[in-house]
Amino acid sequence: MSRAPSLPSHFSTVEQRSVANHLGLWTFLATEILFFGGLFVCYTVYRIAYPAAFVAGSHHLNFWIGTINTGVLLTSSLFMALADRAVKRDRRTALRWCLLATWLLGAVFLGLKFYEYGEKYHEHLIPGPNFQLNGPWKPQIELFIFLYFTMTGLHAVHMIGGLTALAWLLWQNHRGRLSPEHPAPVEMVGLYWHFVDCVWVFLYPLLYLIIR
Amino acid sequence: MITEEIIAPRVPAPAPTYLNAGHTLRSWLCTLDHKRIGLLYLFTITFFFVIAAVAAALMRWELLTPQPDLVTPDFYNRMFTLHGVLMVWFFLIPSIPTVLGNFILPLMLGARDVAFPRLNLASWYIFVAGGLMALYAIVAGGVDTGWTFYTPYSSTYSNGYVMMMAAGVFVAGFSSIFTGLNFIVTIHQLRAPGLTWFRLPLFVWSLYATSLILVLATPVLAITLLLIGLERLCGVGVFDPKLGGDPLLFQHLFWFYSHPAVYIMILPGMGVVSETIACFSRKRVFGYHVVAIASLAIAALGFLVWGHHMFVSSQSVYAGVVFSLLSFLVSVPSAIKVFNWTATLHRGSISFDTPLLYALGFIGLFTIGGLTGVFLATLPVDVRMHDTYFVIAHFHYVMVGGMVMGYLGGIHYWWPKISGRLYHEWTARVSALIVFIGFNLTFFPQFILGYLGMPRRVHMYAPEFQTLNVLSSAGASILGIGYILPLVYLTWSFFHGPKVSSNPWDATGLEWQTDSPPPEHNFAQIPVVTAEPYNYPPLA
Repeated sequence: MSRAPSLPSHFSTVEQRSVANHLGLWTFLATEILFFGGLFVCYTVYRIAYPAAFVAGSHHLNFWIGTINTGVLLTSSLFMALADRAVKRDRRTALRWCLLATWLLGAVFLGLKFYEYGEKYHEHLIPGPNFQLNGPWKPQIELFIFLYFTMTGLHAVHMIGGLTALAWLLWQNHRGRLSPEHPAPVEMVGLYWHFVDCVWVFLYPLLYLIIR
Repeated sequence: MITEEIIAPRVPAPAPTYLNAGHTLRSWLCTLDHKRIGLLYLFTITFFFVIAAVAAALMRWELLTPQPDLVTPDFYNRMFTLHGVLMVWFFLIPSIPTVLGNFILPLMLGARDVAFPRLNLASWYIFVAGGLMALYAIVAGGVDTGWTFYTPYSSTYSNGYVMMMAAGVFVAGFSSIFTGLNFIVTIHQLRAPGLTWFRLPLFVWSLYATSLILVLATPVLAITLLLIGLERLCGVGVFDPKLGGDPLLFQHLFWFYSHPAVYIMILPGMGVVSETIACFSRKRVFGYHVVAIASLAIAALGFLVWGHHMFVSSQSVYAGVVFSLLSFLVSVPSAIKVFNWTATLHRGSISFDTPLLYALGFIGLFTIGGLTGVFLATLPVDVRMHDTYFVIAHFHYVMVGGMVMGYLGGIHYWWPKISGRLYHEWTARVSALIVFIGFNLTFFPQFILGYLGMPRRVHMYAPEFQTLNVLSSAGASILGIGYILPLVYLTWSFFHGPKVSSNPWDATGLEWQTDSPPPEHNFAQIPVVTAEPYNYPPLA
């Protein structure tokens, strides 16, 4: 039982604060699951209703970008896990490189994602008045592509939040505020990062792999 | 609960309390004190309550006569939408949790604050931001979809400021999530030593169940409103059947949130009733464990019954049967609570103080509201009653007769703790009676109107319904007086009421062991709990 001078008065020990922070983050992640859950319900309903349109729509996605991005994101999660290990072993330099690698891989993911969005723009596949497509099932394929943009777009918004948090961690590490006694910020950002990663693990097969 | 003596240093100056800890506006707007944040919420939701009540008054005024003579149909639509949206999201859902929960929960746990005080303050700012967006939508021209934002009223055929209103609700939802998250972590982590789960007051149990719903249901509303916005922005058919979408999907998603949200609007009231019944009958709550678990059961079942709002939609009839059965099941934990409160009163030493009057009102009115809910959960009855005044009367019995009664009862019960002063007891008793009479006169005729077939959401009606409508409007004006009175005498009491000791009701519970009003950090020394709650001495 230790009591740090910076501890707010409503906590009696550092351990209590740490458990509280973890529980808070897990609760937040539960809300996130329900948030994305609504989208997954929409996806399921319309995929069952229009299987052919979903297959046709999936052909318009760039399989290779999706696959490479999956690898990129999983690798970034690996570095996040290594960062967690580094902070607990008090290796500040290793921590910095791991966080940097996580950040860069996250940025690569977003870069590829936005490149793919750009492709859709040039192919006139952005849902809305400029959406152009010949052949049957046009509104349903548009619906699929709309779901693609909404799901990956919300995922990307969460990634941007994660990158901001990682940048903040790098700053905290630079100021020497992370230590084996105070690893909570790394653990918390790590949990969040892995969660965002998990969402992609579901999005990738649902969007890219249904034609294979 | 028996606790160790709290030893505070004696000072000659007036005792430092959370109220005199700072007098500047900044000391209130930047406070991290859960008690001050509770009061910030109190002012905010009272403001929204008044606006929403004025809209209801206008509707009752229009309905005095069968002819449409006061407002245009379109204006009437905007009034009931305003009333619904503000009452649900900006008054009822935040009411007991953010005001009494914020103020009392940490005190009940023997804690110095909630787990995340900054998040707590942020939740209030977010709530205010959402509220301002909703107000803008109202002032700019209003919304006519009804509080449910059903498509295609809110999408293809929208003709109001739907998106601004929906955005306001979306933003306010984050405030709900933050409050729920904060309460869950606080209850898990900040209980005083010895305060085990089954020593928690039942108000804490009900807030815990409420918080679970807040964090698990609200995100689904968020994504649903977001999808409406994106559908309108991109012109795709998420909910538009012309473009391959399914309007029923909207209703499923909406009620997946909104039925649990209905229980956000009753569970905290049940918690208040448990506290006051025990205190004013000087007895342990009968079947404490079962009442505690019943709160969780209501929260859990609440997620499985949303389809009973959709019996007359094109939902599958088999789904309807299952939803009907599951809805019946909710009556089991609800009835357990009502029976156990009654058993607590039985052979108790009862004093009819104002908080108990509200609690008794709650029990009676909630029972009527709950039982008519069973009628509506019955498939063939619902087909007959759907979209009639019977539904209006049913949910007002639960939400106004239940939750608002619980809220007012709780405000009176904890008022000495919040303000450090007493209100005038007889004025309060009389106004509780006025609320009860006014409420029944307003809403009981609506059961009959609904049974006779008067549809809801219309500004004119057949002449034979007039007598009952006049009764209802008369009741509404009495109810209005019943709501204005506490506003007046509580405000007076806040500045001029006689000061009270730390425990004027002689109640158990840690919140009564610190000063009234409490000091800034609640307890000089964290109390240690050694006994179960409601440990009243045996009656002679």
